[in-house]
Amino acid sequence: MQIVGLGLIAAILSLLIKEHKPIFAFLLSLFAGALIFLFLIGKIADVIRVLQNLAEHSGINSVYLKTVLKIVGIAYIAEFGAQIVRDTGQEAVAAKIELAGKILILFMAIPIFRIIIETVMKLLPA
Amino acid sequence: MNLDVNAIFQIAGIGIIIAMIHTILKQMGKEEIAQWATVIGFIVVLFMVIRLLDDLFREIKAIFLFQ
Repeated sequence: MQIVGLGLIAAILSLLIKEHKPIFAFLLSLFAGALIFLFLIGKIADVIRVLQNLAEHSGINSVYLKTVLKIVGIAYIAEFGAQIVRDTGQEAVAAKIELAGKILILFMAIPIFRIIIETVMKLLPA
Repeated sequence: MNLDVNAIFQIAGIGIIIAMIHTILKQMGKEEIAQWATVIGFIVVLFMVIRLLDDLFREIKAIFLFQ
């Protein structure tokens, strides 16, 4: 409820300012986006804590969970940045940010890929 | 949460007031001062936004990247 209200207020105010000063409208939408994200991040932290507990109980190697969490974090940041930049109309820069996010995620995932491939090779009859 | 919503209204208010000041100064023929008013308002709002973004990125870092 709060978040919907916040978004509505931000949208209306930014429409109001856009006629005179588009740069302020942009900053306003940026602020609202960051605010909503900040509001959600507490809940995300709870979810992640539960996931961590589960992983500890089941004895999964903590490297896997850390890598996955890092990937999710990179995805969040990249998406946020790309959407903000897209708001300003710089489609090309937004695309580059997304590309950077994807490549970094791929880079993070390489150790996991290697482990998977090694496991498969072990399973296959030589 | 309440304080943060106030910040949104603050930014919108600053924007509207700066637009008014800009218009008035332009009518008075002081083009340069109008530009400076706009720049200063912009910097103030930019500081607010950047502080919040700093908070946000710090939180994301603390939660996702370094356990």
